[in-house]
Amino acid sequence: MAAPQVRQDVTEGRLSALAFPQAAGWTLPARQGALARVRAMGLPGRRDEYWRFTDPATLTAAEPQAARLFEPGESAPFSTMDRVQLVFVDGVFDAGASDDPALAGVEISRLAEAQDQDIHWARDIYGVLEAHGQTPVERPLAALNTAFATDGVLIRVTGQASKPVNLVYLHCSETSDAILHHVIRLEQGADLTLLENGPAAARFNKVMEVDVADGAAFHHVRTQGRDHDRRAVTHVFARLGESSTFKSFTMTANGILTRNECIIELTGDNAVAHVAGAAVGDGTFHHDDTVFVTHDAENCESRQVFKKVLRNGATGVFQGKILVQPGAQKTDGYQISQSLLLDEDSQFLAKPELEIYADDVACSHGSTSGAIDEEALFYLRSRGVPKGEATNLLVLSFLAEAIEEIEREEIREEILDRLAAWLERHRS
Amino acid sequence: MLNIKNLHVKLEEEDKPILKGVDLTVEAGKVHAIMGPNGSGKSTLSYVLSGRDGYEVTDGSAHLRGADLLGMDPEERAAAGLFLAFQYPVEIPGVGNMTFLRTAVNAQRKARGEEEMDAATFLKEVRARARDLQIDAEMLKRPVNMGFSGGEKKRNEILQMAMLEPRMCILDETDSGLDVDAMKLVADGVNALRSPDRGFLVITHYQRLLDHIVPDVVHIMADGRIVKTGGADLALEVEQNGYADILAEVA
Repeated sequence: MAAPQVRQDVTEGRLSALAFPQAAGWTLPARQGALARVRAMGLPGRRDEYWRFTDPATLTAAEPQAARLFEPGESAPFSTMDRVQLVFVDGVFDAGASDDPALAGVEISRLAEAQDQDIHWARDIYGVLEAHGQTPVERPLAALNTAFATDGVLIRVTGQASKPVNLVYLHCSETSDAILHHVIRLEQGADLTLLENGPAAARFNKVMEVDVADGAAFHHVRTQGRDHDRRAVTHVFARLGESSTFKSFTMTANGILTRNECIIELTGDNAVAHVAGAAVGDGTFHHDDTVFVTHDAENCESRQVFKKVLRNGATGVFQGKILVQPGAQKTDGYQISQSLLLDEDSQFLAKPELEIYADDVACSHGSTSGAIDEEALFYLRSRGVPKGEATNLLVLSFLAEAIEEIEREEIREEILDRLAAWLERHRS
Repeated sequence: MLNIKNLHVKLEEEDKPILKGVDLTVEAGKVHAIMGPNGSGKSTLSYVLSGRDGYEVTDGSAHLRGADLLGMDPEERAAAGLFLAFQYPVEIPGVGNMTFLRTAVNAQRKARGEEEMDAATFLKEVRARARDLQIDAEMLKRPVNMGFSGGEKKRNEILQMAMLEPRMCILDETDSGLDVDAMKLVADGVNALRSPDRGFLVITHYQRLLDHIVPDVVHIMADGRIVKTGGADLALEVEQNGYADILAEVA
């Protein structure tokens, strides 16, 4: 069925501002398929059920809204760690600023350069996990990404990566509009930590497809911030094999519009998927976590832990689903989404969902929205801790469950320090 | 040490007077006890002195070592040397007990213009004092009061008191929910802190705590006022005859 006229207009308007990469080598069929999907679905509008809480207009517009550049005045995240940095400036790869991508057990190539070589493993994933993730809920902006991505990285991990790979996204142009698409394959028993940081562009559309083979482990930590004007829509599509592990944590500080979608399918028995986020925002901050976890195999575990701290009229959104397919017995599913509202102007909009077709499962979900606990605040103050410091201590304790999802202590400490610094700057 | 004069307090939300002219002076080195029936205003007095929201002082004053307590924020009162051991210590998930203690100790030192306590000294001090109160290392690691039994919570209050070294300690129904052994432990902790330059105000409903923390002065509070003052034997009189006789006598 054709999309309604308004939607078609928006879609064609956006498509007309983009150049379809005809010389895209082996990715061409996937891109053509994705373009057809975009046209069939149409880009999202505010009336779509899935976009009820987040207005996608600035994400689907032909041109991006300008975003002022921001100088954070602090060191870049993860900069004290030994890692392989791959730097993109407004979505364009910067070889000079990047490290030599040679890393034992890891093959790294750029999408823009790899299209002319026939990389079989990536061909089986590029646009494939995204296309699969379009049901039961459509994600047209991800299909748009597959069709038009200008670059990205292809990472194949065959063993234990000796150090993390760090994708760094710098933002240097006030009107940049970046579309990046990464493909990651962890072969059987492989292990990789992927770090991402940086505002990326005035408008950023990113897709990451992650295929985790049997017994492999993927650890993902990203920070988004602190530029306030940036807009971003990101999708992570993950497919998990037997006894594999997928763990993803995102810290978001500031951002006028961020929509992070994470679509995970547990296809092998005994797989584990954790996805977590800690977001702090002020004023026109709008942050949306949209998660869809499908249990397709037995004895798998999934956890969704999302915490948001909102002040001065900020908005937080959470749409999370656990779908347990018939036969996915012994599923252990957990979902929690909470917001801490530091004033009465801020709002949290949540839609937690469970859909279960197996009879021997344990799934729980909870969603709350609350203010600082006055009893706890008084207790701390009565011991001499000043109000501002006591409030921040309680905010960090609220975020703790999400932060604890980060396994590596040095990263956990760094994230904690950055959140504490944000709170210190925004002390009420 | 602590001088309370003609203190009148009502609930902020409703026009209900609770304290109706309390006069009380606690001298340095002394332990005063306040006893009284439920609803007499004992706990309200402790909350008002420590600066809890929800109360309005309509008349009178309270000074700690000459400083006007009622004009200060709760954290300023703490830095000035006031400590309240809560009747119901608050559980704070996600904040480690050690982090909490260290933050509190150093916040007070900072407020008084003193050097912060370094990590090693702090750890040594906490361990020594925790050992005296039979608080094990595991309890120190847990979030504040989370999963603590009633007795553990009260011991944790005394540990905080020991670490913060306040000048004026108020104990609000510290004996509630304690068995005899736990009460003895808590009382030993308090007695160890008795010193010539520290005052205590022990609020309790029953006399039994005062067997272990022997007071210098006992006050009976009723209907928002101190109606009788005496020595330690006054507590025994309450224990034997109840409050009714005393209240009838002063009415």
